[in-house]
Amino acid sequence: MDVLDLSASYDADFVARVQAESGQNTALCYQCGNCTAGCPYTFAYDIPVSRIMRLVQAGQRRAVLSCRSIWLCATCESCTTRCPNDIDVARIMDVLRHMARREGFATERNVKVFWDSFLDSVRRHGRVFEAGLLARYVFLTGRFWTDADLAPRILPKNKLGLKPHAIKGQAEMAKIFQRFAEQEGRS
Amino acid sequence: MSGLSYAYYPGCSGLGTSSEYDSSTRAVCKALFMELSDVPDWSCCGSSPAHAVDHALSAALSARNLARVRAMDRDDVLTPCPSCLTNLRTADHRMRDEAFAARANSLLDAPYKGGVRARSVLQAIVEDVGMEMVRASVVRPLKGMKVAAYYGCIMNRPPELMAFDDPEHPMAMDLLMEAAGATVLPFPLKVECCGASFGVPRPDVTARLSARLLLTAREIGAEAIVTACPLCQMNLDLRQNQAARFAGTAFEIPVFYFTQLLGLALGAPEGSLGLDKLCVSPARVLEAPAAGETNLTQGSRS
Ligand code: SF4
Ligand code: SF4
Repeated sequence: MDVLDLSASYDADFVARVQAESGQNTALCYQCGNCTAGCPYTFAYDIPVSRIMRLVQAGQRRAVLSCRSIWLCATCESCTTRCPNDIDVARIMDVLRHMARREGFATERNVKVFWDSFLDSVRRHGRVFEAGLLARYVFLTGRFWTDADLAPRILPKNKLGLKPHAIKGQAEMAKIFQRFAEQEGRS
Repeated sequence: MSGLSYAYYPGCSGLGTSSEYDSSTRAVCKALFMELSDVPDWSCCGSSPAHAVDHALSAALSARNLARVRAMDRDDVLTPCPSCLTNLRTADHRMRDEAFAARANSLLDAPYKGGVRARSVLQAIVEDVGMEMVRASVVRPLKGMKVAAYYGCIMNRPPELMAFDDPEHPMAMDLLMEAAGATVLPFPLKVECCGASFGVPRPDVTARLSARLLLTAREIGAEAIVTACPLCQMNLDLRQNQAARFAGTAFEIPVFYFTQLLGLALGAPEGSLGLDKLCVSPARVLEAPAAGETNLTQGSRS
């Protein structure tokens, strides 16, 4: 891990924005490490969650928004449940990926593409169309479906519908996403 | 017993990969005299991708459904899926804040004005039907079946939001399975994460987390795992071979939805329980010729 010069890059605006968007007081974290101890994804993280909390306190915008961990957090709520200072850590992780997305960071691209494909399916059909979602993911990542070994397990079960379920409120759903995109564009 | 009637939000996976959860949930509710009415023209709650993108977008996607529950003249809605449940509850909770509600509602055609409480089907069975009544309704006890009850990470957490059962040691499914006649073994990883929705973009991560659950279940002597979450069930069942490859072993552990086993015990029609939809065949555990055929539980265990 790189050594950071904490005083040089303190970004006060970043700290204020994380606090405002998450509704959490990040200064309450005293680095007990409970969140990291219980985080099932620590093995896959480049920066453990308690250290992300410390880096947020230290206003290290770039280090935080460019890390992989914020894309791998599963919102399992273990950290939030176990934090002795009642910090909603999972909500902070969520807010950090909102910011990373807005500012063009996507260190786990496949995760982002998967989420985007999911929401695209919701926007088009109103409900998730699982087979279509997978097809789009494979198309966008340019990778052959890494789960090809699952096909013989699931196809005979007749569970993966091959047609989307259209809902009546399809246009209404599309409008939710359209308004969201407009608001994002303005802010 | 009569008069239990609910708005029901099935969730998208119930139309596909977890269709057996949806059908067995309906069968169990019928057997327990809980009447379910689907929320008309319900839409996706946005699941984790929505809240990972924006909280107002996520709330709006859930609130469209909550508003439809209100339009049914109800203030309570049941869903089988913990991910849907979390989203519906979070939206209702956060939209009690006026500024946030204004943002979320600005994305919607019709605003959600609050006042809908979402609960899991599991919670409604425990709270509204009650364990005594469940026990009294069992006609085919799951005698001798040794199971591990696995709740997944978000069914009960965070406790302030979910407000049901214990966040670290939940017992609702343990007690239900006991009432159904099964032997429930103490499972230390009840609320550990299975790898969630990373199965597609990071199968390596999911395989590792699921392998740990399967290894531990085997270690404590469980013949089967019982779940309440479509994502947990899919990771442990459909992806069981990937977890096995990661762990360098072979697994043959059936992974049921609690409603499938409860349905069997309550004598619900087997056609409605979707046992043949499970990837790892439950036939051996149920001591029957083949899953999906009749008389699955008629053979007595020695
Ligand atoms: S559990 Fe809370 S106080 Fe402890 S390190 Fe994590 S965020 Fe900080
Ligand atoms: S919510 Fe995210 S950061 Fe917190 S314990 Fe779970 S995976 Fe780790």
